[in-house]
Amino acid sequence: MADSAKWRERLGRAWYKFSRNRLSVVGLVLVVGIILLALLAPVVVPYPEHAGAFVDYANANLPPSRTYLFGTDVFGRDIFSRTIFAFRGALIMAIGVLVTVVPLGSFLGLVAGYFKGTRLEAFIMRITDVFLALPPLILALAICAMLRPTLFNSMMAVCVSWWPWYTRLVYGMARSVRSEFYVLAAEVAGASKAHILFREILPNCMAPIFTKMALDVGWVILVGAGLSFVGLGEQPPTPALGTMVSDGAKYLPHLWWNSVFPAIAIMVMVLSFNLLGDGIRDMLAREEA
Amino acid sequence: MEDSTLVEIKNLTVWYRVYGGLLRVLDGVNLSVARGQKVGIVGETGCGKTTTVKAILRILPKNAVVPEGTIMFQGRNVLKMRGRELQELRGQGIAMVFQDPTAALNPVFTIGQQIMEVIKYARPGGKAKEWREMAVRALKEAALPDPERLMENYPFQLSGGMRQRVCIAMALATARTLLIADEPTTNLDVTIQDQVLRLVRRLVEEKGTSLILITHSLGVAREMTDLVYVMYAGTMVEVAQTDELFDNPLHPYTLGLLQSIPKLTGGGVTQGIAGRIPDYANPPPGCRFAPRCDQAMPICSERKPALFDAGGGHQVACWRFAAGGEAVA
Amino acid sequence: MGLGRFMVRRLALSLLVLAGLSILIFLIARVVPGDPARLALGPRAPEWAVQSLREEMNLDKPLHVQYYLWLRGLLRGDLGKSLLTRRPVMDDIKEFLPATCEIVLFSALVMAVGGILLGVLSASYPNSWFDNVVRVVAYLGIVTPSFVWAVIFVLIFGYIWPILPVIGRLEMTVEAPPVFTGFLLLDSLIFGKYEAFWDGLRHLILPSVALALGGMAQAARITRSSLMENMGKDYALAQVAYGIPWRVTLGKYLLKPSLIPTVSVMALDIAALFANAFLVELVFNYPGISGYGIRAMLNKDVNAISGVIMVMGVIFTGVNIIVDLVVAYLDPRVRLVGGSQSG
Repeated sequence: MADSAKWRERLGRAWYKFSRNRLSVVGLVLVVGIILLALLAPVVVPYPEHAGAFVDYANANLPPSRTYLFGTDVFGRDIFSRTIFAFRGALIMAIGVLVTVVPLGSFLGLVAGYFKGTRLEAFIMRITDVFLALPPLILALAICAMLRPTLFNSMMAVCVSWWPWYTRLVYGMARSVRSEFYVLAAEVAGASKAHILFREILPNCMAPIFTKMALDVGWVILVGAGLSFVGLGEQPPTPALGTMVSDGAKYLPHLWWNSVFPAIAIMVMVLSFNLLGDGIRDMLAREEA
Repeated sequence: MEDSTLVEIKNLTVWYRVYGGLLRVLDGVNLSVARGQKVGIVGETGCGKTTTVKAILRILPKNAVVPEGTIMFQGRNVLKMRGRELQELRGQGIAMVFQDPTAALNPVFTIGQQIMEVIKYARPGGKAKEWREMAVRALKEAALPDPERLMENYPFQLSGGMRQRVCIAMALATARTLLIADEPTTNLDVTIQDQVLRLVRRLVEEKGTSLILITHSLGVAREMTDLVYVMYAGTMVEVAQTDELFDNPLHPYTLGLLQSIPKLTGGGVTQGIAGRIPDYANPPPGCRFAPRCDQAMPICSERKPALFDAGGGHQVACWRFAAGGEAVA
Repeated sequence: MGLGRFMVRRLALSLLVLAGLSILIFLIARVVPGDPARLALGPRAPEWAVQSLREEMNLDKPLHVQYYLWLRGLLRGDLGKSLLTRRPVMDDIKEFLPATCEIVLFSALVMAVGGILLGVLSASYPNSWFDNVVRVVAYLGIVTPSFVWAVIFVLIFGYIWPILPVIGRLEMTVEAPPVFTGFLLLDSLIFGKYEAFWDGLRHLILPSVALALGGMAQAARITRSSLMENMGKDYALAQVAYGIPWRVTLGKYLLKPSLIPTVSVMALDIAALFANAFLVELVFNYPGISGYGIRAMLNKDVNAISGVIMVMGVIFTGVNIIVDLVVAYLDPRVRLVGGSQSG
């Protein structure tokens, strides 16, 4: 009984901190909406078959109307349907990258921070520095260029350029947490290294990791869109937001709907995840005095 | 009497807005300081000492509200001051030394830049050269070695004790009528504490500045002050001349505090006071000390005691002394 | 002396990073693709052509020898031949890099000045309508990729309300100055071609603003939040308590420490400018290194790709050093103690 009351109190406090900024709630609603749309795309979208290699020249280049909400492209495909389907690739990309990068990067940072002053630390951190010496987008572009352009390969490329940020984040925290008394106490008590790393140090790094993750969903989507914008991401006919913007840009200004709606879709996606991420950050932040 | 009173706080009430409602931190605080007087405020951590003095300077955090009370400084209500008046009050009337000298100094400016800026606004219309001279003199007065060189140093290059001396120099670089020192030695080494306190006492006595010293240490209060206010959970529970308070403590809380001082001359472990400071969100309805008081009576948890006169300026907020100095059984 | 040692250490570290970067790029360009020569020439090229390219690129030698030869070339400024333009990559870079630098410098300026200004104003009047507008706009700025801004700008200022040029670096009708520094604006001034200067500037505005908006919004947000954080510090309170006017406290004593995080992040933002220039130059058909790089990437021009990326790494490392210097200037703890670990 007392336990569930405590949990309710904790949840209440968390929700209070999260919802103090109303924009966070807007972000949450938008994110849930985007995920549902992406999951249910084949059901909710008016022309699911337009998400593939579909051609209907009779209905090509139609401006937005009630039948075609966002208009149609040069092949006569419904841009609304394609945009919703493109959410799927963007989300898969974000999830795939973060699921790979967060554990890997954090682990390396944790190890480097714990073994500070050793060769292992120097080794890990110098390699991290090398990867950080290039902007993530450029590194990802270069790797993509060497591989066949697929969603999976662009995911790999983004992973390669993204892990060091988590290493550096966790490294900084692990370094300072490492000399806290409770860690020293655990060492003196003869706790195993694994225990100290994962039970003593890691829990103290979780809040910033989660915060960064929540915000990174948006950034990964953005980089993914950048890759597909130059043609190094998901290949046609599968819809990708970046590809749709760059293809559409060729027909500016007359067929503006070709690029404007996918562009807005990118903005809305990144915005939603950012708002949500800010809310999560507020929620996990320690209460100030 | 009227003329010699510098600060007069009446019925000051301060609340903080937080998650889950209001923290009723100060509950009708009264305090007065005469010119040239050295006043101590003593109490446990979290009892509202700092809130009281921050209210005097109007530097309470943004979530604080002052629903009731007046703070008169030289006959003017501080709580009603605006813009220019307020700045004059801070620049020329009152100065404050903070608890943590490391936090109170800007890390990216030199000591000289910081002191000179204070002087500049305390004495408008001067020249940079004069400001510099005054700053160096203030540092010298604060017994800091090599003040000229110190002017070019950054706070992180000094020890904690030196930083606090710098803060004191900054506060007293120009003439002030009141110095507020908020636990100025809590963050310093024991060996340095005494030196810094002596410095504060010497400077306020030389300059005729009044002093409000906040401390949780009764020993420090006895050493430094003429008059002591004992504060508990946002209320003043006892006021007396320093000697009188130590000879004849009346409030059960004061007694508890005195008994919890370890004595060097044997006696062993001290008694302390059982329990903790009450929850400010739901403070006890009557006397706020009642839940921890071993002499509590039924009325104590129903009505808040006023400050009753116990003779000779000794006042105590306890129902046991309601009938004018005599303990009510 | 503190600053000198700090710089030496910093430079040594940078050299190490660049050495590491050369290995990384070598691995990406030579090892990841399997057979770079086949990749470059495509699946339909005859075997003899692929074989001769392999020899030209030293691919027939062991890996460490390949790296050694590549690095030796790199240090001599020889990045190999572009398979696309058939010219030395270095010459291509020399031709295209200044244009990109011009855009990036211009937008870095817009970003820093605009971002700090908005952040300070926003923090000075917290929760006012101005603050709220800045915060919402900053949010939009951050979440909108620069290539989307670019497309929007082309649509609005190029077609709907055509007040600025949206293609290239200079109108065909305007006489270009001789190439001296490669910086069009600078060259125009040197040779007194004021018409070219004016026209070049007009061409610069849209792409650099499209590039700058994201970083500007970021800078505004960081400046605002670190100012707000420092406002809550004891020393801010102390200065108020000592009677220093709020505007002085804010504009001088709080701004300096608050700029430290803004400037620290600026290195990343400038890196992002170079990265995003890859996309924005494409939209504006701007003849810069990034457009060149993208074309190289799409055509699997291995030498050009590794050359361009290496140049980007060198530039980024340089930017980082400059930013560290500025931080050291702002923060005496870094300057006098000699290097706090950034984290």
